Amino acid sequence: MTLSTAPAPLPVEPPSGCPFDPPAALGALRTEQPISKISLPDGSWAWLATRYADIRAILGDTRFSSDTTVHGYPLSGMTGGANTDNRGFIRRDPPEHTRLRRMVTREFMVKRVEALRPEIQRITDELCDAMERRAGQDVDLVEELALPVPSLVISLLLGVPYDDHAIFQRLTGTLLSRTVPDDERETARLELRDYLDRLVTAKEADPGDDILGRLIVEQQRTGEITHDEVAAFAALLLIAGHETTANMIGLSALTLMRDEESAERLRQEPALIRGAVEELLRFHSIIRNGPRRVATADIEIDGHLVRAGEGVVVAVASANRDESVFADADRLDVCRPNAQHHVAFGYGIHQCLGQALARVELQVVIGTLLRRFPTLRPAVPLEKIPFRTDMSIYGCHALPVTW
Amino acid sequence: MKITLDADKCCAAGQCVLIAPEVFDQRDEDGVVVLLDAEPPAEQHDAVREAAAICPAAVIEVHA
Repeated sequence: MTLSTAPAPLPVEPPSGCPFDPPAALGALRTEQPISKISLPDGSWAWLATRYADIRAILGDTRFSSDTTVHGYPLSGMTGGANTDNRGFIRRDPPEHTRLRRMVTREFMVKRVEALRPEIQRITDELCDAMERRAGQDVDLVEELALPVPSLVISLLLGVPYDDHAIFQRLTGTLLSRTVPDDERETARLELRDYLDRLVTAKEADPGDDILGRLIVEQQRTGEITHDEVAAFAALLLIAGHETTANMIGLSALTLMRDEESAERLRQEPALIRGAVEELLRFHSIIRNGPRRVATADIEIDGHLVRAGEGVVVAVASANRDESVFADADRLDVCRPNAQHHVAFGYGIHQCLGQALARVELQVVIGTLLRRFPTLRPAVPLEKIPFRTDMSIYGCHALPVTW
Repeated sequence: MKITLDADKCCAAGQCVLIAPEVFDQRDEDGVVVLLDAEPPAEQHDAVREAAAICPAAVIEVHA
């Protein structure tokens, strides 16, 4: 697909001085041209949807395929969409998607995650203890708390040695970067594949009482899935399990440090934290290059005919600021009554598998930070904080704090 | 109010359980939705409608 006059690429930069807002161009498109076209680096193009209703319609319609091997799926310039045979279930359609996803859904269901809450609290408390001992020194909240909590939790759940976290954090950083060259990203993908291959081989010999161990015993040994498919589960859960929540923790902490009224309200009424987390998810919408789909039939969306084989990028960050759904959408309102209607976890059958876990991690970490560090504040001005405009998952690379 | 489910479509996101835990549960083997009360009392109706509106796979159908 090429056009005679190329449309603009996907907007990624937040407005100047407003690092918490989605790119201004998305807001303009949502009002004036909610279904538009963007150019991709290889000269092809894809549809871009920016309105809440259209995005729910697209993500809720399985004729829009998630299969990265279908011709027309938007891959160029996007991260995390390797076009390989051994791709995880999020890059597949029903019935394969349903069959594979249901092998792990029980691990992340609400009651299992609620049972983990005391352990998540213990991990958070220990990291906060270590932070307290460093009072008066330079403390990076990302390094000390935002990354380690979800990393420790997902390592524990999967049965991955936490000592390996430096390896998978480095590789994940490369895989999710927009600015590294494609060949470097491919090298990182192969390195991660080799690491996971060795990990799964070790667990096949000695499967533990953890997600990967259970997949090996219950699914691989019965012939339901292969060694490589276990490794694909590991890659997906490891990457999705720490990078996303870590960035939500960093951004949420920063916005609450800058909004003393909301922070004080949550300190006074901790029961409001559940709703506040939904609002923080809506407000920050950290997924910034998708989700993406490819049409498998000719489908009309909002008066535009999307033909079979054409790619679609949906901007969930824009949907979550849609004024027709969220009044005064650019304002963070920790008591917003319909905040949970956000599509920060996506929508449709691919909606985030780990959302219950992400919610509990955010509730625990934000609640604990507010309680234990009531005077927490950024140690540098906002313009000195390195925001992740170069990554497909938005957030802060580092967040220097003091208290 | 009467609730019906199309559980084959369920993707086990679990949002219905968070919103209306007295009406919905998840089965142990795969997290798929289970109906605890197909005709819930009036005080549950708002939560049930909210769960149906939010369900990502449009599994929950509410009949007046």
